[in-house]
Amino acid sequence: MKQVIYRNLTSKILSLGFILLLTFSTSLNAQDGDPVNGKSLFNANCAACHKLDKDMTGPMLRNVEARLAEEGLDREWINAWIRNSNALIKAGDAYANKIYNEWNQTAMNAFPQLSDQDITNILAYTAQPKPEPVVVDNGPINGGGDQGGVSNNLILGALAVLFGLLAMALVLVKRTLNRFAEAKGIEAVAESKGKPIWRAFAENQFLVLVTAIFFLLASGYFVYGYFMQVGVNQGYEPVQPIHYSHRIHAGDNGIDCKYCHSSARVSKHSGIPSLNVCMNCHKSISNVSAETLAEGKTNYGVDYDAEIQELYKAVGWDGQKYTGDSKPVKWIRIHNLPDFAYFNHSQHVSVAGIECQTCHGPVEEMEIMYQHAPLTMGWCINCHRETNVKVKDNGYYTKIHEELSKKYGVDQLTAAQMGGLECGKCHY
Amino acid sequence: MSSNKKYWKSVEELNDNSSIVETLQQNEFVEEIPTDEFLGDKEALESSSTSRRDFLKYVGFSTAAASLAACEGPVIKSIPYVVQPTEIIPGVANYYATTIANGFDFASVLVKTREGRPIKIENNTDAATNGTANARVNASVLGLYDNLRVKTPMKGDSAISWETFMSETTSKLNGLSDGKQIVFLTSTLPSPSTNTLISEFASKFGNVKHVVYDAVSESATLDAYEAKYGSRGMANYDFSKARTIVSVGGDFLGDWQGGGFDSGYAKKRIPDHGKMSRHIQFESNMSLTGANADKRVPLTPSQQRLALAKLYSLVVGGAVSVDLPKSIAEAVQQAANEIKSAGSNAVVVTGIQDVNAQTVALEINEHLNSKAFDPKTTINTRHGSDKAVMQLVADMKAGNVGALITNGVNPMYTLPNASDFKDGLGKVDLSIAFSMKQDETASNFEYIAATPHNLESWGDFEFKSGHYSMMQPTIRPLFDTKQFQEVLLAWTGNASTYRNYIKAHWTNNILNGASFNKAVQDGVFVGTSADAEPLVETGSESSEEQEIETPSGNAARALARSASSNGMELSLYTKIGMGDGQQANNPWLQEFPDPITRTTWDNYLTVSKVDADAMGLVNENVANGGLNGSYVNVTVNGVTIDNVPVIIQPGQAKGSVGLAFGYGRTSAALKEEMKTGVNAYSFYQNFNSVQNVTVEKAAGMHEFACVQLHNTLMGRGDIIKETNLEIFNTKDKHVWNKVPEVSLNHIETPVTSPDVDLWEEFDRSVGHHFNLSIDLNACTGCGACVIACHAENNVPVVGKTEMRRSRDMHWLRIDRYYSHQDTFEADDTKKEEFSGLFGDNGSLGGFGEMESPADNPQVAFQPVMCQHCNHAPCETVCPVAATAHGRQGQNHMAYNRCVGTRYCANNCPYKVRRFNWFLYNKNDEFDYYMNDDLGRMVLNPDVTVRSRGVMEKCSMCIQKTQKTILDAKRDGRPVKDGEFQTACSAACGNGAMVFGDINDKDSKIAELKEDDRMYHLLEHVGTKPNVIYQTKVRNTAKA
Repeated sequence: MKQVIYRNLTSKILSLGFILLLTFSTSLNAQDGDPVNGKSLFNANCAACHKLDKDMTGPMLRNVEARLAEEGLDREWINAWIRNSNALIKAGDAYANKIYNEWNQTAMNAFPQLSDQDITNILAYTAQPKPEPVVVDNGPINGGGDQGGVSNNLILGALAVLFGLLAMALVLVKRTLNRFAEAKGIEAVAESKGKPIWRAFAENQFLVLVTAIFFLLASGYFVYGYFMQVGVNQGYEPVQPIHYSHRIHAGDNGIDCKYCHSSARVSKHSGIPSLNVCMNCHKSISNVSAETLAEGKTNYGVDYDAEIQELYKAVGWDGQKYTGDSKPVKWIRIHNLPDFAYFNHSQHVSVAGIECQTCHGPVEEMEIMYQHAPLTMGWCINCHRETNVKVKDNGYYTKIHEELSKKYGVDQLTAAQMGGLECGKCHY
Repeated sequence: MSSNKKYWKSVEELNDNSSIVETLQQNEFVEEIPTDEFLGDKEALESSSTSRRDFLKYVGFSTAAASLAACEGPVIKSIPYVVQPTEIIPGVANYYATTIANGFDFASVLVKTREGRPIKIENNTDAATNGTANARVNASVLGLYDNLRVKTPMKGDSAISWETFMSETTSKLNGLSDGKQIVFLTSTLPSPSTNTLISEFASKFGNVKHVVYDAVSESATLDAYEAKYGSRGMANYDFSKARTIVSVGGDFLGDWQGGGFDSGYAKKRIPDHGKMSRHIQFESNMSLTGANADKRVPLTPSQQRLALAKLYSLVVGGAVSVDLPKSIAEAVQQAANEIKSAGSNAVVVTGIQDVNAQTVALEINEHLNSKAFDPKTTINTRHGSDKAVMQLVADMKAGNVGALITNGVNPMYTLPNASDFKDGLGKVDLSIAFSMKQDETASNFEYIAATPHNLESWGDFEFKSGHYSMMQPTIRPLFDTKQFQEVLLAWTGNASTYRNYIKAHWTNNILNGASFNKAVQDGVFVGTSADAEPLVETGSESSEEQEIETPSGNAARALARSASSNGMELSLYTKIGMGDGQQANNPWLQEFPDPITRTTWDNYLTVSKVDADAMGLVNENVANGGLNGSYVNVTVNGVTIDNVPVIIQPGQAKGSVGLAFGYGRTSAALKEEMKTGVNAYSFYQNFNSVQNVTVEKAAGMHEFACVQLHNTLMGRGDIIKETNLEIFNTKDKHVWNKVPEVSLNHIETPVTSPDVDLWEEFDRSVGHHFNLSIDLNACTGCGACVIACHAENNVPVVGKTEMRRSRDMHWLRIDRYYSHQDTFEADDTKKEEFSGLFGDNGSLGGFGEMESPADNPQVAFQPVMCQHCNHAPCETVCPVAATAHGRQGQNHMAYNRCVGTRYCANNCPYKVRRFNWFLYNKNDEFDYYMNDDLGRMVLNPDVTVRSRGVMEKCSMCIQKTQKTILDAKRDGRPVKDGEFQTACSAACGNGAMVFGDINDKDSKIAELKEDDRMYHLLEHVGTKPNVIYQTKVRNTAKA
């Protein structure tokens, strides 16, 4: 523990010192930007439309200053453009108009709040050399993985050889013993042939009867079990048109379920999010990190980047703008309640405050969504019997809770006591 | 690069002249297949141990085994939006305020949409002045999903594109020869922006005429009003301000003068502090209005004229000599006395299609200074002019019309002289029909411009002067349609959309600074000009002058003179279910039982018992319970319709018969099953709804699909409890609303007492306990609830033959009972006086007599749905516990548990359970809306679509109560009174149905439960229902 604290302390001191150093260095020379500061500014202001190495809504910005310098444009021009590109265009600046028209006359937001130093920092960030492709770093990792596989095989092989040797040894030992016995003249006593056991069994009527009953009951049990699972699709895990990983979104990224499934709060349907909800984030996330990509390829055989491209194809996004050529995604529905059963998400999610995972299982660990619960009536009823109604701070329940708790003599009412077992509450 | 390689299959192919190759090319098998060898040998076939049946068994078994082994669910796909609209959350309904205005029905409504599909029409409670949605408006949502709609613009029988349509029609319109008219023939469109558009079109093209045509005309009313007040409109009536209502042939609870008067009427029918309105009806057909009247006087149409003239002379003055039968004359005298004593609290209306009659009614109301009568506010929902339509037909025949453009009308079906119209159409250079259907008219036109349904359109309406209603689309157009106004805009070269056009028009002329978006959101807007701008300014003075010139009573005398009768008189009327017939392809409406005759899928000639006996016409029930009726041939002025079925209608005036419009459609725009009845429009000569008629008996019997086989109460006063106002006001409730008693240890004990209860009471004090109250005084029997229930609960349509077998599926029915004596009270007395089996007072013959209704019976309506008994007889007999009781008072029905023994239906004393004898969805035998993908879009996704072999019944809209509870839970608040609604209670514009939680002691329903008028249906059975009825009080004390 202490070590950790010390380490933190050291790193803090170091970073403080670093910042101090940087501050001094900037004061020494205003032209030298601070790429660290620039990165945060870039992410806050520019990242919605620009990437370093890829055109998005706006052009890519790696080494933009150098590239503009080739065009003969200086820092003054860049400052003017960033603070108010529109004015520059209107003023008739040739290059400004050229850019504007090249990018389908998409106006860039004005950033008058950025100081010269801010811009310098941002440009310093953009001027950083492109990091070596991470894939290269990945090579050895992948190799390591492969090696691991080989070693596993090796161990297994060694074990197999070992067992083989053991078996051989046993055979040898037996043969040797037999030889000894032969040598000593001992003869193995042959058993006298009595009644075969099956005939004895067949002649004992009581046993036959008991066995028959046992078999009938057992087969009845299994037949019943078989019929009862007809139509129960627990574990149903269909292949979806787009490989969507709940593990990454809900688990790794910790996105709230109801961010995407927002209608669960107010509607009977939890709703499959429309593609524009996906694009809230994926407008700027067009590829996953190299580690995630590699993980997807090795563990699940999926190229996540390709799946994001599938999304773009469906929503009609060409990387910079919507083409209008959209193609709705035909998801395969996993949780299918029959028509005669009424279920309302908002009742459970908003009113009762039940976690989604209670019924849907560990979604944040599911690479591919599957049906966790059996969704049978018995399953519903059990939960209604066991779950207490969340009456606190809900004006609706005030009166009914008071009266019902008096009636049943309890403090906490279950859904069943509230009337949650009545047929008509779910079947109409 | 193609290769020249040749492939050969045998050496023989290398030989060019080989016969074998030739033979093989012709026939795959060189040798004949020896079929005779294994099929020809009869003996071998018969002696074979594997017979054909065995073979099929093996096949069957192996198929079954294979399918069982492959017992896997289907793969279900879910396809989310690419970009989800922000206002749509799957599973949550959105409501839009809009308008239904189809030329016959007009109502401001709320439309419930689910995932963008309109699925139900509800009342817009903000639209206080625009009427409430009737049965037809409620059903109109199904018209949106009609698979027989025109899906693209058409030229003749071939589909064309809108571009082609626009370019061809524009050039043709421009190329019309001079002197020829362009005529718009439209239904009543009280739309300010459309009228401006048409006038803009007129100024561009010149020589444009706009003819407004109502299939069922109110032209006489409009003419009378115009003559008196100078503008074309109909005076507004508010029956909630009337204490005495006298109607001469005016079916104001039906479609009289555009309809929509029933909610005002019902308000004053509920006794309040001992007071309720008194309603006297003079009429020939038994109408819904007559059935609700305190006093109903049957008289022929010609007598109606005399009665109205007499009434005028008695109330206003002036001598009119009329010759009326004594009983009617007395009734008129009495009505006049009551009107005079009520003074300005009285109102007189008439439905006689005669300018004089309408003038007389206006004059009486003016004389009375009636509070219910408001000539300043005009009703604009009927605007047609008979003369203009006749003139148009004449112009067409004369070849004066260059272009005829119709919108929302079907004259080839609704005009009595449709053949003249067709002749004239041949001389029209360009004919364009804006229509949703390829109906009788559109199919004869050169172009059909496919129009969207009301629920897909923009529109604005001024139902009453100053009271506006806004129409907005609730779904993207399902088909390639354009509305009339959009095309008009294009023709006039206006590039704006119709929505923007309305907005501009409203901003400039109507809104007066108010927000347009608010008006769209509310669906209704009351203009500041509602009172300020007198509509009658222009020309009113001249008509006043005319008024002075004509001495008082002129109209009445003319009216009296015009009454001539020779022989049988026919009154043509519109049915509550079918109206003018434009929704004839709507299976909900076809299957909707007429409130009076309780007959579905038909129209028929209503004949009085006396006339029927004289002509030998009969109605009889056959062995399976179905109702059969004689056929007659009906002739009006040379036009004959053969084989019109007859219903003997109690209350029908002697010497008169009735026939409903809206049936007998023939066009391909209807499914075969919907082409029911006969077309009464062919009798509608000169737009006169009263015609002299000859009726001859024809051979054969017609099979009706009538849902109520028993017409009288047989003196069982505890089914519909009723009393009169005097007893109600003066006597204790035990006198007129007695709780039935049983004997316990020789002491009469009320059945409500726990001492005589077989059952242990459930504890219902906790949580909600739902009750539904039905006020028999406010219920007019209009049936809006029946259709609302249909739409909300996915109730299937079963068709005429099944209806005839009493297999109707309506969860909510409105029973109609006639009295055997003149009143129900007299029935009760008669029953009480039975003694012994035989003799004059014997019950054996007596009950037989009581089965037949009186000539002019009292009528009572009673909506009956599942009574949700607290001690439900159905629950105890279910062998699988599929029906069970909920703590909230609802009797639950678990369809998936039901095995279809039907014990529950047998044990139900109210007969409200419905059995699915067949699979009614996705079944070609029941080819109604549930059999096509489009029609199924109207289904409510929150309610199960039932399958074959299960029982179903009213659930007290548990899906709605559960939703209300959930909403409250999510908000963390108690449920407010009025939040709980069922489909029927929400649809009832009359306030007859009130739903709520009786454990909420401050609620309206809790108050009604304790009301003196409250009783349970068949209380003596001891079922303790959760549906309560309020005793009917008739204002008959003065009789």
